[in-house]
Amino acid sequence: MSNSKILANGVDVYYGSKQALFGISMDIKEKEVTALIGPSGCGKSTFLRCINRMNDLIEICKVSGSIKVDNEEIISEKTDVVSLRSKIGMVFQKPNPFPKSIFDNVAYGPTIHGLVDSKNELEEIVHSSLKKAGLFDEVKDRLNEPGTSLSGGQQQRLCIARAIAVNPEIILMDEPCSALDPIATAIIEELIDELRLNYTIIIVTHSMQQAARVSQKTCFFHLGELIETGETNKIFTNPDNTKTQDYITGRFG
Amino acid sequence: MNNSIAKEKIVSLRKKRSLEDMRFKYYGFTAMCLSLAVLVFLLYTIFSKGYTAFQKTIVLLEVDYNQEVLKLTPDSSDEDMEKGKFFRVKKQAIENFFPDLSKSDIKLVKKLFSINVDKEIKDYFLDNPEVINTKQQIWVTAHSDVDQLLKGNSRRDVPEDRRKLNDIQLSYVDQLVEENRVKQVFNNFFFTKADSRHPEIAGVAGSFMGSLFTLFTVFILSFPIAIGASVYLEEFAPKNRITELIEVNISNLAAVPSIVFGLLGLGVLLNVFGLPRSTPLVGGSVLALMTLPTIIIACRASLKAVPPSIKEGALAVGATKTQAVFHHVVPLALPGTLTGTIIGLAQALGETAPLIMIGMIAFIPNIPTGLTEPSAALPVQIYLWVESAERGFQEKSAAAIMVILIFLFMMNAIAVFLRNRFERKW
Repeated sequence: MSNSKILANGVDVYYGSKQALFGISMDIKEKEVTALIGPSGCGKSTFLRCINRMNDLIEICKVSGSIKVDNEEIISEKTDVVSLRSKIGMVFQKPNPFPKSIFDNVAYGPTIHGLVDSKNELEEIVHSSLKKAGLFDEVKDRLNEPGTSLSGGQQQRLCIARAIAVNPEIILMDEPCSALDPIATAIIEELIDELRLNYTIIIVTHSMQQAARVSQKTCFFHLGELIETGETNKIFTNPDNTKTQDYITGRFG
Repeated sequence: MNNSIAKEKIVSLRKKRSLEDMRFKYYGFTAMCLSLAVLVFLLYTIFSKGYTAFQKTIVLLEVDYNQEVLKLTPDSSDEDMEKGKFFRVKKQAIENFFPDLSKSDIKLVKKLFSINVDKEIKDYFLDNPEVINTKQQIWVTAHSDVDQLLKGNSRRDVPEDRRKLNDIQLSYVDQLVEENRVKQVFNNFFFTKADSRHPEIAGVAGSFMGSLFTLFTVFILSFPIAIGASVYLEEFAPKNRITELIEVNISNLAAVPSIVFGLLGLGVLLNVFGLPRSTPLVGGSVLALMTLPTIIIACRASLKAVPPSIKEGALAVGATKTQAVFHHVVPLALPGTLTGTIIGLAQALGETAPLIMIGMIAFIPNIPTGLTEPSAALPVQIYLWVESAERGFQEKSAAAIMVILIFLFMMNAIAVFLRNRFERKW
């Protein structure tokens, strides 16, 4: 059995006076894909953004409770958010490449963290990240073209390459395929399956088929509460909770 | 309601609605035509009044560079040449301008020439020293009164005592025209000289340079401050009462009448800090204060227009907030920021009142060469010329308006160009 990578305990999140998450506790194992599912507005994205402290950007958002990454508390004033985020990459719902060249998009992370000393090293990182994201063969001849000129699916893989380039241990994915067509989605899903070997992945998705296809663990959120968590196979075939049963069979949500 | 009644209602109302559409279209069209007509009328008036200022009248004068009169010899050094008695040569030339002139006639003839003629005679000689002891036919600048008469700007059918030129002078001018000893050429003085009491040698070069130096000061002072302030307010400042108050007051400042800024400059910059009066440095500082709010507002709007997803992307790979802002948000906002700045500068270029308050209305006959030299500015120059009683200045003011308008059009064109060139899609 692999170790616990992320350990959440009693996480509450408030947007102003409105409570969005109620005492979420969760144990996420290393090198597994964990899917967070649930109807819109149930708080799964909010929880995801707690893990790399992206909620800091929202001024009215208050987070309490405890999240430990590698046994280190991250919900604290003392947390170094910048190094936390270099350890936890994130891929967003809508592909958001920088309006720069494909090369510069991937090179940005390693450059600001000072991971490279020479141009050759940087090139190596960019190429290997693009290869890991399964994009290299498609773009190797046009690394200087703007990242925004790629198709939606390619842009999303570019964003994955950008996240991988800083050598994170965890990758958070916030509905990475919701803006993509089925073919691009299939490519990304395959990619997630490969990335699992090296990274701990947490993916928020609206598509239950996607959760069933790519994840090993599934957590079902409803109205800000974590209803059920378990092996994906079990959740989709024999859930303990009736709400989970109702949601995955399409009776609500 | 059954189906056919509903359909009938829709049809009958549809007619009314499409009529409304048409009416609104015509209202809009009429409004546009009206404003265009006003603009065309304005430009036509300025152009028709001002285009003659781009021409000057010159007169053919026979000058005898006699060495006795000049008190020079062909071997004189360059320094001695400078000291030649050119006023005596000029006097002689005017005495012989027409045959058999009496003393009183000579006085009248003298008034047909510009005060600049002495210098022109001298410059001609210094350029061609070999003409010593020869007679030269050279074209010299005519007096503004002759210029205005030949351009048809002053009338000759009014009584003599209400004319600048009396009957004898008129007959002289007519004689010159008949003998082809007078012609009109391109007025280079207008673009190379500063202000003058004599309309025929007054130009916009001084005030143009003054305006350039002023705008330079405005840009240097306001651009960095505006960028700093707007980046801070937009990206870093906590959202609380104080920042809200600041935001409201920036908008208020943008609406403060410009003369108030002029008074501030007079009271603080000149009287407290003792900066030199009438200089582009002070004028630029005052105008920078005035344009700051405008530029800040434009800056913040363009910073706001950068999609937050770009900043999130940068933060998610571990950029610090400063890195995310300066690597990604500011570069994307730059075209909008520059456009806003240029529009602010254009506003500053046309501003007159604050410059009057800090003394840039003084009569400055030299072209300024630095920020701390007294100088005029284009709008103030126009104001000064419009106020002048001399007829020769009227066409000059219209021409100066053309210069400032072209300056403004060019600045706006640069703004549009920058926007189109650097605007990126995401």
